Amino acid sequence: MPPEPADSAMACDLPAIARRWGNDPANLVQILRNVQESCGVVPSETLDQLARLVGVARVRLEATASFYSFFHADSHGAYEVLFSDNIIDRHAGKAELMQYLCERLWVEPGKVSEDGLVYVDETSDIGLADLAPAMLVNGLAVPSLDKARIDLLAELIRSRKPLAHWPAMLFEVPDNVRRAGPLLGEPFEPGAALASMLSIGAEETLARIEASGLRGRGGAGYPTAAKWASCRKAVGDAHCVVCNADEGEPGTFKDRVLLASHADLVIEGMTVCARVIGARRGLIYLRGEYRNLLPALGRTLERRRAAGLLGTDILGARGFDFDIAIHLGAGAYICGEESALIESLEGKPGKPRNRPPFPDRCGYRGQPTVVNNVETFACAARIAERGAARFAGMGTPQSTGTKLISVSGDCARPGVYEVPFGVTVREVLAECGAKHAHAVQVSGPSGTCVSFQEFERRIAFEDLASAGAFMVFSRERDMFEVARNFTHFFAHESCGFCTPCRVGTSLLRNIMDKLAAGKGSPYDMQEMKRIMCVLRDMAHCGLGHTAANPVVQTMQKFPEAYERRLKKLEFEPAFDLDDALETARLITGRDDEWAHLAAD
Amino acid sequence: MSAGTFTLDGRAIPFEEGQTILDAAAAAGVDIPHLCHLPGLAPHGSCKLCTVSIGGRLGAACTNRAAAGMTVESETAELNAHRLTLVQMLFVEGNHFCPSCEKSGACRLQETARRLGMTTPHFTHFFPARDLDASHPDVVLERNRCILCELCVRASRDVDGKNVFAIGGRGIRARLIVNSASGRLADTALSANDRAVEVCPTGAILRKRVGFAVPIGRRPYDRHDIALSLPTRRGEGAGGG
Amino acid sequence: MGKLKVATCSLAGCFGCHMSLLDIDEKLFDLLELVELDRSPLTDIKHCGPCEIGLVEGGVCNAENVHVLKEFRSNCRTLVAVGACAITGGIPAMRNNIDLWDCFQEVYHYGIGLEGGQIPNDRELPLPFDKVRPLNEVVRIDHFLPGCPPSAEAIWKFLTDLAAGREPRLDYEMLHYD
Ligand SMILES: Cc1cc2nc3c(=O)[nH]c(=O)nc-3n(C[C@H](O)[C@H](O)[C@H](O)COP(=O)(O)O)c2cc1C
Ligand code: SF4
Ligand code: SF4
Ligand code: SF4
Ligand code: FES
Repeated sequence: MPPEPADSAMACDLPAIARRWGNDPANLVQILRNVQESCGVVPSETLDQLARLVGVARVRLEATASFYSFFHADSHGAYEVLFSDNIIDRHAGKAELMQYLCERLWVEPGKVSEDGLVYVDETSDIGLADLAPAMLVNGLAVPSLDKARIDLLAELIRSRKPLAHWPAMLFEVPDNVRRAGPLLGEPFEPGAALASMLSIGAEETLARIEASGLRGRGGAGYPTAAKWASCRKAVGDAHCVVCNADEGEPGTFKDRVLLASHADLVIEGMTVCARVIGARRGLIYLRGEYRNLLPALGRTLERRRAAGLLGTDILGARGFDFDIAIHLGAGAYICGEESALIESLEGKPGKPRNRPPFPDRCGYRGQPTVVNNVETFACAARIAERGAARFAGMGTPQSTGTKLISVSGDCARPGVYEVPFGVTVREVLAECGAKHAHAVQVSGPSGTCVSFQEFERRIAFEDLASAGAFMVFSRERDMFEVARNFTHFFAHESCGFCTPCRVGTSLLRNIMDKLAAGKGSPYDMQEMKRIMCVLRDMAHCGLGHTAANPVVQTMQKFPEAYERRLKKLEFEPAFDLDDALETARLITGRDDEWAHLAAD
Repeated sequence: MSAGTFTLDGRAIPFEEGQTILDAAAAAGVDIPHLCHLPGLAPHGSCKLCTVSIGGRLGAACTNRAAAGMTVESETAELNAHRLTLVQMLFVEGNHFCPSCEKSGACRLQETARRLGMTTPHFTHFFPARDLDASHPDVVLERNRCILCELCVRASRDVDGKNVFAIGGRGIRARLIVNSASGRLADTALSANDRAVEVCPTGAILRKRVGFAVPIGRRPYDRHDIALSLPTRRGEGAGGG
Repeated sequence: MGKLKVATCSLAGCFGCHMSLLDIDEKLFDLLELVELDRSPLTDIKHCGPCEIGLVEGGVCNAENVHVLKEFRSNCRTLVAVGACAITGGIPAMRNNIDLWDCFQEVYHYGIGLEGGQIPNDRELPLPFDKVRPLNEVVRIDHFLPGCPPSAEAIWKFLTDLAAGREPRLDYEMLHYD
């Protein structure tokens, strides 16, 4: 059975959808998501009705609805097929397969087929780089695409078979855990960490976390105990625990595996945190691309409630009340940034807040909030369960414990590797069977491009900080195209709040496209450097700060990939002169030599 | 009551508890370039023009609070070069044709560009397709000149209590939207006397029929440097409509 | 030292910048002490020879503009974009979001007195671009002299700076975009 598709009972019943979310404007993203899922669209007309139902100005709803990629006012047909567009998918043949599917279905990318049946387009990385190329069909992941699978899909779509009756194997997503350590490899008895915490007390548990040296696994590496301690002290009447399961960084998929197969560990970590900071409310912000994980996660929550591990008086401890709701994202990478995530949880466009104050003092609904990565909570549960010593004894002094690495690209064994911090790039490459690696993108587009000369560098906060992505590129890969793909990603995902990133990421993308078309000059390289400086210094959040990294780093480490593309001239027009005459040629019917402009 | 002083470009600036660097500087008569801030509206921090160095760390002066003993630098060659780049980005992002704009001479964007010595928008123009909305009897909304500063959004929401405006879309496709099913300004609750109509720093929101009441050549920035005109900013709307 | 050779032209502009140049009035004589005009609407020389300075008014709206602009670029050591249209596309660029087909229709089919008019396809007519562009999107530009038009004083200041080998600078008062 594929995961349950849309709740058809709610089919387009706006009052029922709104009621389900308490008619609360703070749940707008969830309401819109339900509308999108059950109606197939978020029609402009529904906004007025929804605005009345939740009691906010229509314009605020429209702002939210138009921000997220997965909401759309125009129908995408009965089947919406979105190909993941990470460079890894491209290297695995995504473009060819997409074209093949379009031909088989008689559709153009980005346009609904004439019979209104199907829509094919691309979307940012969907967290299946180990199983690339991959796609979402009506929001559900279909991995490991090849011609045979595309043939099957085309057949199913053309015969209008409901998704619920599609072969389940299409939706199967293996974990691909290639190396397990203390986090993934050892059995976990649900409740074990909670029992251990209750026996030593919250204070002592926090001390354990501190002694373990645990640092956030979402990328920045902020000490977890410090965050929890600060939130514990913060004044508020509804502390909150938020699990950041947005995992939007292209090439990262380890949270997917944790949520699919180790959800108890993650939820237990959240529950431990709740006890430490005194929270009764927990939220998991699950990226929309992981819609397929929702039913099982919901069942895990149910099971834990039934087992007394969530709800009131958890494990019999009087007043230990905590429960968790799941919110789904709707296609916006920026919502992984913690303050944008909170905005999204509050029903707004995901735009990063001004800080300070940080969430630990003023987070969800203005209350003290801990936001941690999925893996961080899983580690915390292990530490609560087993004590700090073993964890602290692994890794390096500044980066303790193990790290889940999401390995993808040109290697024999893509998948999740649990490695001790301090491991070198070369060691990971050897383990995953990457024989001809030329470069590795560590921690995704916003991370570091590591060239073959730097393979002795270590994965650790003190060297290569990483949220876990590890994309391998072999010698024949064009690092310029890698950077260009990432530049498109950032331009697409910029939230648009601040000037440098809103405009700068698109300028960068356009210049990279110009270079790709063979029309670049050294002048364009200077332009990119200038934009890069402004992004780095003036952008509002991490997305903007790092958006030029792929270009800057590949320029520096693989200059030949750029030089090859530069015309000898010092300057090339910003646009294609001859193309710009095409419309007039068509209108006048001219094709004489004066109706053309040759390149110099 | 002053809560202490900080230094801005070597000058001691007194501030009140909770005051931002930008507001404290303005009160002391020192202008830090800015576009998305007006006293009385919630700080926003999106244009990034007001970015200053605060003890070596860069941050927006309009959202960072002043603290005693802080060392703030604003008028540095590097920051002004960055600011120029930002202004140029704003020019190419929209469609700004000053010679045909009623706001010319009373426009904060234009004036900030002049002050930063901009002679060219420099970057490749996007020439985006944006709508002009002239449906409202008293106000015209010219999106081609909107810089997405959200001053009107905040003024309408927090001062007028109307929520007439918001920003829709994402990234470079972000655009100003209005509170009506038709998408037309005429069908919103906006009235010509709303604060939201006054606050636009550019020629994106203009009152009708007063466009050239103050002739070009006698407009606020024809007469003063922008810093000098700060205290009278509330009356700015009169010049450019 | 000989006089500086200067060439000027107007592309998609209104000749306003040239008028402003003439507005230098009596200083024009001083100027002519310094410079000698090559190709220019003021001299009627049709092609540009090697020059020190090229002043280009107007943006690029058609194929012919590109030929002229490139001729200037290859002959002028210093190329100056003069006026709003040269720098931003200006008023002509306000057509940029009107479909070119609609423009043609309006001009040749629906315009007053044009009943049954035909869209000309004469090769002598410069073919228009889909968008009007500023000069710096087509060739490298050395300096920008904004204004619509730049004032006579601004032009004078700019040219005398250039003639003296200084980096031309307009102070705040002279810097206008309208
Ligand atoms: C643009 C951007 C995207 C981010 N995406 C994620 C994400 O998908 N998952 C995540 O855990 N952290 C992400 N982060 C980091 C979070 O802001 C935050 O630091 C993290 O969730 C804190 O948890 P940790 O301390 O456990 O790492 C992102 C940050 C930025 C700037
Ligand atoms: S840097 Fe980019 S993503 Fe971050 S706030 Fe600015 S526009 Fe949004
Ligand atoms: S809004 Fe300002 S910058 Fe834009 S065209 Fe009008 S005067 Fe010029
Ligand atoms: S209309 Fe004016 S005030 Fe409103 S966002 Fe645009 S520029 Fe700012
Ligand atoms: S005024 Fe501070 S960011 Fe705009």
